[in-house]
Amino acid sequence: MPESMPTDSVGIVTPQTLHFDTPITLACNRTLEQYDLVYETYGTLNADASNAVLICHALSGHHHAAGYHSADDRKPGWWDSCIGPGKPIDTNRFFVVSVNNLGGCHGSTGPCSNNPETGKPYGPDFPVITVRDWVQSQALLADRLGIQCWAAVVGGSLGGMQALQWSLDYPDRIRHAAVIASTPRLSAQNIAFNEVARQAITSDPDFHDGHYYEHNTLPRRGLMLARMVGHITYLSDASMGEKFGRELRDQAYKFGYDAEFQVESYLRYQGERFSETFDANTYLLMTRALDYFDPAYEHDNDLSRALQQARCEFLVLSFSTDWRFTPARSEELVNAMIAARCKVSYAEIDAPWGHDAFLIPTPRYTDMFTAYMDRVAREVGA
Amino acid sequence: MRTDLKIIEQWINSGSHVLDLGCGDGTLLDYLQREKQATGFGLEINQDHITTCMGRGVSVIEQNLDTQGLGNFEDHTFDTVLMTQALQAVRRPDMVLDEMMRVGREGIVTFPNFAYWKLRWYLMRRGRMPESETLPYKWYNTPNIHLCTFKDFEALCHRKDFQILNRTVVDGEHQDHWLSRLWPNMLGQIAIYRITRKNG
Repeated sequence: MPESMPTDSVGIVTPQTLHFDTPITLACNRTLEQYDLVYETYGTLNADASNAVLICHALSGHHHAAGYHSADDRKPGWWDSCIGPGKPIDTNRFFVVSVNNLGGCHGSTGPCSNNPETGKPYGPDFPVITVRDWVQSQALLADRLGIQCWAAVVGGSLGGMQALQWSLDYPDRIRHAAVIASTPRLSAQNIAFNEVARQAITSDPDFHDGHYYEHNTLPRRGLMLARMVGHITYLSDASMGEKFGRELRDQAYKFGYDAEFQVESYLRYQGERFSETFDANTYLLMTRALDYFDPAYEHDNDLSRALQQARCEFLVLSFSTDWRFTPARSEELVNAMIAARCKVSYAEIDAPWGHDAFLIPTPRYTDMFTAYMDRVAREVGA
Repeated sequence: MRTDLKIIEQWINSGSHVLDLGCGDGTLLDYLQREKQATGFGLEINQDHITTCMGRGVSVIEQNLDTQGLGNFEDHTFDTVLMTQALQAVRRPDMVLDEMMRVGREGIVTFPNFAYWKLRWYLMRRGRMPESETLPYKWYNTPNIHLCTFKDFEALCHRKDFQILNRTVVDGEHQDHWLSRLWPNMLGQIAIYRITRKNG
């Protein structure tokens, strides 16, 4: 945490946990008898519960989206740039809910949780969760929090897919969906990158077919490799060039295979750190959820037909150098929305940081996001 | 409310689905949404304008007519397609008009008249490309790359078999004036045309 709390921070926040003991049936036809969801909230729910905004997290995200857990925290939540007093998602006006998704590894029930039937961690036996399952569980959370209709469901990347799914599965419970740096479905190339990540994990000898908890080990190398390849797809060639170029850690080539270039040591560092804090089975689950997401699939691959169920308004934003989910993918989504006669606003924001740009505030992005959310707030009387 | 927008409003039926090409800050669409319960989209490329549209609840799509066209809109999607003060700035006005008439039942187009007497006089007297309050640019930096006169526009409509349903001529302040009605191609500064396809 900085020396003194910034005035536009939500401050110190405490995660909360809700236990659900009504079984939830998942897309894979399996049932979770009971589960926990951990979440954080920022701001105050108004009297008619009309000012609630749901934040959906991306692949490696979690419920801690804004503020600090303690005065010793080095960094705020992952989307602190956009959530707080006076920020695009203004906590003076909105009641913000940010949940760790089912299958995650930050407190909500997932592969590393104990299976009550066996008393051991679920591990690979944890059901494969889809975006639709997440949305269903988020709706159950909304019920418990007394939120009948979200002012907006907001997410970037995989989070944007959840916002989109919300608009289709619960059209009466969402006024606005902000789908940022996202896509209506993964391309073959996207799936291919996910497959490399999964292969890296499952081929690690320490993976033990997903039962590594019982062997008191972690598939660190596999998860590190998975994160490294993923991380490359989050950045742009230009931003990597800007940040590292061909800079060496030492003066000259060493004619060996250690990390000599700065970019190598950066990736190794990111990968290593990630492999200590993230669960490998959750990583597999999240990448699979990405692969399976395809709302058009059930509608003869006609996305606009799928979108005819939606009644909310959409904000779609893409970033010029995002090559993971390119602006063209967002435009595909927008065009299907136009054909389905949805209300949608779309802009491609010029930013050099690739896919990660959705996490980085720039004047254009912040202004647009703020303008849109300000209008949402006015609409719900927040 | 600007006079030209008032005139346009009269030509839009309540509950119309409209597309505004080059919608600017969304003033017109915002007005039509509130006064005529219109629905629809604005297309715009200026990001400040896009931000303003988003803030006022106008559905706006970042889309460049010159490079992207209207290919993402299906035939006969809109009741009316609007284009105010942008026809002269696109790369191929004739093709944009074709597209307007493909995706919409009616089109409303406004543009400055290059045959306005002051511009004729400017060119005749000085022998230089005319500049005026409606056309305040130099020839080399003007966004208005396809200026035309009312006669030119009507000739194009004739060639394309578009029917001109209405035409109103206003001055630089968008005021209706009896003089410009008397001899529009000489005395009118800005024209507002309402067009449709002849064979429905």
